[in-house]
Amino acid sequence: MGFLPFTLPFAELEVGQHLYWQIGDLRIHGQVFMTSWIVIGALLALVVIGTKKMERDPRGVQNLLEFLWDYIRDLARTQIGEKVYRDWMPFIGTLFLFIFVSNWGGALVPWRLIRLPSGELGAPTADINTTVALALLVSLSYFYAGLSNKGLRYFEYYVHPTPIMLPFKIVEDFTKPLSLSFRLFGNILADELVVAVLVFLVPLVLPVPVMFLGLFTSAIQALIFATLAAYYIGEAVEEHH
Amino acid sequence: MLSSFLLGATEGGLFDFDATLPLMAVQVVLLTFILNALFFRPVGKVVEEREAYITTNRAEAKQKLAEVQRLETELREQLKEARLAAQKVINAAEEDSDKLYREALALANSEANASREKARREIDSQRDSAMAELKADADNLGNLIVDRLLASK
Repeated sequence: MGFLPFTLPFAELEVGQHLYWQIGDLRIHGQVFMTSWIVIGALLALVVIGTKKMERDPRGVQNLLEFLWDYIRDLARTQIGEKVYRDWMPFIGTLFLFIFVSNWGGALVPWRLIRLPSGELGAPTADINTTVALALLVSLSYFYAGLSNKGLRYFEYYVHPTPIMLPFKIVEDFTKPLSLSFRLFGNILADELVVAVLVFLVPLVLPVPVMFLGLFTSAIQALIFATLAAYYIGEAVEEHH
Repeated sequence: MLSSFLLGATEGGLFDFDATLPLMAVQVVLLTFILNALFFRPVGKVVEEREAYITTNRAEAKQKLAEVQRLETELREQLKEARLAAQKVINAAEEDSDKLYREALALANSEANASREKARREIDSQRDSAMAELKADADNLGNLIVDRLLASK
């Protein structure tokens, strides 16, 4: 932690430290995978419990799942359009649920109580690798959506409405994943850092409103990411006239 | 130091890209398929089945309501007609009974008149015959008196 220009004991925060796992030649961030497995496990547990015995009159967890399903369907339908939203709903929904549960898990679960040899547990979305992976998946998705729906006519989009737009649209293909990944990464990491710094400086009372703000930001970021992903896919499959 | 932090050239750093990225992508894609199979498809099926159920039920109810309204107007019409018919029957019956009453009254009147007339005629004829008898008796008596008077002289 030599990068901070002052020498307060901020090193306690352990920013940028990772627990490395070596798999063959590959090195991965163990703490990210550990929390992501917990997130995925929680999601799957919820889904399995909720869909175990589904009825026409919903009860218990089925209500929650149906509410989520409806919410995601509305999101996908308004952004992607009536025609193809069904194909992309699982992807948009998975992005939303994964990011949302990751963010809230990072904010609500006291990970710091579990000591790791290096680095610390936290929201998987506070690691740039995760957010870039999600953003690149979104990029691939909207290319795939455009090409599979319109074939090569997809590239008309680049010269629509005038060919002057071509360079801007090409630049957009790079800025979209960049902004998606950095927005999510920055917000979640900043939230964790702010809470950590406040807890370090004033351990009582003061961090609580910031924590609530963090929960709010986390939910909003998940929604923004899913909405933008859906919007990009919708833009790619939209028919120009 | 700043560059090493940003680029992750050495151990660690915030922007330390490695195999986490593709593996996380694979993991999310797998999660998408798993959630599609376990969550989106089954829940979607249930929700859409319910929506279809509600839609058909509503349509059916609407149809039934229309049917009921149609029947109601029809019955109302029938009721009106029946009322009119009943009124007509009542009127006809009233007229009939009125006529019968009048007829009976007229008959009774005429019968009474006839029997009165007959009685008067009888009384008249009896009175006439009685008068004639009396007159004859008086004549006889008169003649007798005259005869006697004449005979005594």
